[in-house]
Amino acid sequence: MLATWLILLPVLGALVVLLLPLPRLLTAGLSFLVALVEVGLWIVAAGRFDFDDGSLQLGTTEEWVESLGISYTVGFYGFSLWLTGAAVVVSAAAIGYALWIGRDRPRAYHALMLFLTGAIVATFAAQDLLLFYVSFEAMLIPLYVLVGVWGGARRVAATLTFVVYTMVGSLLMLAAVVAFGVTQDTFSLVDSGTSDNEWIFLGFVAAFAVKAPIFPLHGWLPLTYRESPVEVTAVLSGIVSKTAVYGFIVIVLAKFPDPVEDFTGLLLVLGATGLVYGSLLAFRAPDLRGIVAYSSLAQMGLITIGLFAFNDLGLNGAVLQSVAHALVSTSMFLLVGMVERRTGTSDLAALGGMARGRPATATVLLVAGMIALAVPGSATFAGEFLIMAGAYEEGWGYAAVVALGIVLAAMYVLRLISAVLHVRPGPAVRDEALDLRLGELALVLPLLACLLVLSAWPALISESSFVADFLTGSP
Amino acid sequence: MIDTPSVDWLALSPALALLAASGIALLSAVFVPEWMRRTVGAVSAFAGFVVAAVFAGVLFDRSATPEALLSESMIRDELGALAQLILAITGAVVVFVSWSEPRRVHHGEYYSLLAAAGAGMVFFVQAENLMTLFLGLEWFSLCLYILVAIDTERATSLEAGLKYLIVGGFGSAVLLFGSALVFGATGELGFAAIAAAEAGDDAFLVAGLAMILAGLAFKVSAAPFHMWTPDVYQGAPTTVTAFMSAATKTAAFVLTYRLLVTAFPDESEIWTIAVAVLACISLAWGNLAALAQRDVKRLLAYSSISHAGFMLIAVSAGTERGAESLLYYLVPYSAMSVGAFAVVAARERELGVAVTLEKLAGLGWERPFYGVALWIFMLGMAGFPLTGGFFGKLFVFSAAYDAGDWWLVLVGVAATMLSLAYYLNVIRWIYMPTGADLLLAPAGGAPPREYALGFGVLAAIVVTVGSFFAAQPILDLASEAAGSMPF
Repeated sequence: MLATWLILLPVLGALVVLLLPLPRLLTAGLSFLVALVEVGLWIVAAGRFDFDDGSLQLGTTEEWVESLGISYTVGFYGFSLWLTGAAVVVSAAAIGYALWIGRDRPRAYHALMLFLTGAIVATFAAQDLLLFYVSFEAMLIPLYVLVGVWGGARRVAATLTFVVYTMVGSLLMLAAVVAFGVTQDTFSLVDSGTSDNEWIFLGFVAAFAVKAPIFPLHGWLPLTYRESPVEVTAVLSGIVSKTAVYGFIVIVLAKFPDPVEDFTGLLLVLGATGLVYGSLLAFRAPDLRGIVAYSSLAQMGLITIGLFAFNDLGLNGAVLQSVAHALVSTSMFLLVGMVERRTGTSDLAALGGMARGRPATATVLLVAGMIALAVPGSATFAGEFLIMAGAYEEGWGYAAVVALGIVLAAMYVLRLISAVLHVRPGPAVRDEALDLRLGELALVLPLLACLLVLSAWPALISESSFVADFLTGSP
Repeated sequence: MIDTPSVDWLALSPALALLAASGIALLSAVFVPEWMRRTVGAVSAFAGFVVAAVFAGVLFDRSATPEALLSESMIRDELGALAQLILAITGAVVVFVSWSEPRRVHHGEYYSLLAAAGAGMVFFVQAENLMTLFLGLEWFSLCLYILVAIDTERATSLEAGLKYLIVGGFGSAVLLFGSALVFGATGELGFAAIAAAEAGDDAFLVAGLAMILAGLAFKVSAAPFHMWTPDVYQGAPTTVTAFMSAATKTAAFVLTYRLLVTAFPDESEIWTIAVAVLACISLAWGNLAALAQRDVKRLLAYSSISHAGFMLIAVSAGTERGAESLLYYLVPYSAMSVGAFAVVAARERELGVAVTLEKLAGLGWERPFYGVALWIFMLGMAGFPLTGGFFGKLFVFSAAYDAGDWWLVLVGVAATMLSLAYYLNVIRWIYMPTGADLLLAPAGGAPPREYALGFGVLAAIVVTVGSFFAAQPILDLASEAAGSMPF
């Protein structure tokens, strides 16, 4: 039942926030409270979760459309519980940020954010193909408006590009869902067998490759990540992209073993290309958002390599890296937002010298950056190392590319740090610009704390994700 | 001593209830003082639709086995009853939407014709004979011709009425000619009798079938027989458009399915292909043309053509599952269509001008309820989840896939991708106006409080969203109804 409550709580919260005519601050506060309760609920769920057991837990099944074999089936495996955890933490941070900066039209804004949270959690919990598709699409409904209304100057173009790109992928998936469900006579992911139809396989891959995004389907990413409200970008790059990872695991890898075998080479090459290409673009990007945005592309390429290495190490690494990247990407985007609020720009040329007299900014950005560039000992390093080890089993070339990716990450992150904190004070950095305030620290520090815990104990996730067990079907 | 023929009054009751309502409303236009006409007309039409809905429900419950009536000219079955139920509920909601239409005259006539058109439709869906079919078709079409032209002071309304009359008359003539050919080939008019005649691939029969199909395609506004749709939908009073877009489609689609399956089972190889081709043309043309529209009513007209395409996919499956999915599709589609036109009507009354996309700028923030409503309807038409539109598409696609037409699924998916562009564009206008857009939007004062229309829109939302969560109960009804056809 807990899975259902994790989905329902934010959705009901969204309705309450939308309908109660509260003043601005109370609306946003209520929404933040709901998001925090959601995190609490997840902790309860994690407490009840048996981490020695690789089977579906905390689940519910209700009949929905029996005649087509569609049911409301939710529940968690180890990896989906961890992804959900990342989701609720990230969305709480994002909603907190919106509360802190006081977004306009708070009732609509917060209702949409909470609804988005519910849709994301539902995606991670879905154990029915149709329910998965429904939640996967439901995420777009609030995102379209969130980006289009609260975004930057080119928000309308950004939101249209994003939604149309994603929907094209998703509709191909819908055709695949129909074909798979009708052939199997059930949409349940638990009961259905495997398929060796390559077209159906490609329909699913298309949807997830756009959502992740995987090179070369990342066309929507630069504009959307630059023009969205910064906390929405954090949610997009932090967790919406991870729904694709989840889809790859529970649908593509689990249901299409033979086509995966045939296409592994292609997907690994695409992942590797994305990793290198994204890193290079991040290194060349002229603005903060661009760097973090393209680094997300690179990281998703890395995670793709881990997934399609299709072995214990790679899969566990991919899950660990997904959670770590969710947290680190959110921290980075929120920090970018905080810098933007002080300087009014994301342009590297106009920034610089912010470390002077702003110790908190300097320390926090440095720590987040160090984790982002996967300094040895960090959670991201653990994830990348596992992926590298997994990739090595597929071929030393992939492992070499992953290693190259780590080097490139160091280059672009250090470039970002030095461009913001060091060098000469940029023209947009005024002396009055404040250090990070208490409220801002309260949002970022918990994220960093989670990352530090994972850095100290990465086995927390990598030893209890059970992806390989899930895929081989052995308990 | 001649036996009085036994008449199954229950089977006729939905049509009779609406005829009675129509009569009362018409008399009110003559005998009731002017200030009361609107009330009397609306109340009687509403009562007529509600009573018809109740009778249709009872009829559905008591017609487990199909039964031919009145010398096999009509049939009493669950398919007809379910279609009547959808039609009657649609009509009742349209009465709400019509309530505060700013019209100085013709209130009594308006509601009388609305009920009469409803009566024609509920009669039409029970047809079991080519003559009854034609009678029913003309019955509701004549009412609609006048309804479209009822705002005599607006030239566009008259123009639309004339266009509809001419094109509709042509469509009816084609249908009648086709019926004659089928009669010539088989010597029969009853649907079941035509099938029993086993005329094979007689050229007359096939030509007749093609012409009947064309005549019905006019009514469901499937391309390439859609030419009248944009002009008539745009020119007609918006409430009439709402009724036509939902009810005419429902009636014509149900009858088309019944006719093809009952009367032409042996020719199914021919008509499934023909219908699939019509579906593809409708999907392509409806969606492409909608991309270029600025006027919202015209945009919705083209969108209704593309929806006809989706429903034709279900028809071309030619299976019980196809019929089921068609009947399901009609429920959310009717609700979304009536609801969307109702919001347009509200905006039109507020601004007093034709509603273009520019005139919707900022609607979502100024009128939150209508904004959310239009948002939901657009998402539903685009087939997003959390609306019945999603399951409608899903069921249609799975029926097509099940029938082996996987390529139709791909066409449908491609059409849905195209359609996103204009549905999302409407949402973009209502929620994301830029400064320049707002300058174009006329400043209105406080809008008139339209509780009746608001209630109608709310009902449409409830059905649109409710049909998503309660898909199975509706599908159960649909599959029971589909089971009354001989597959």
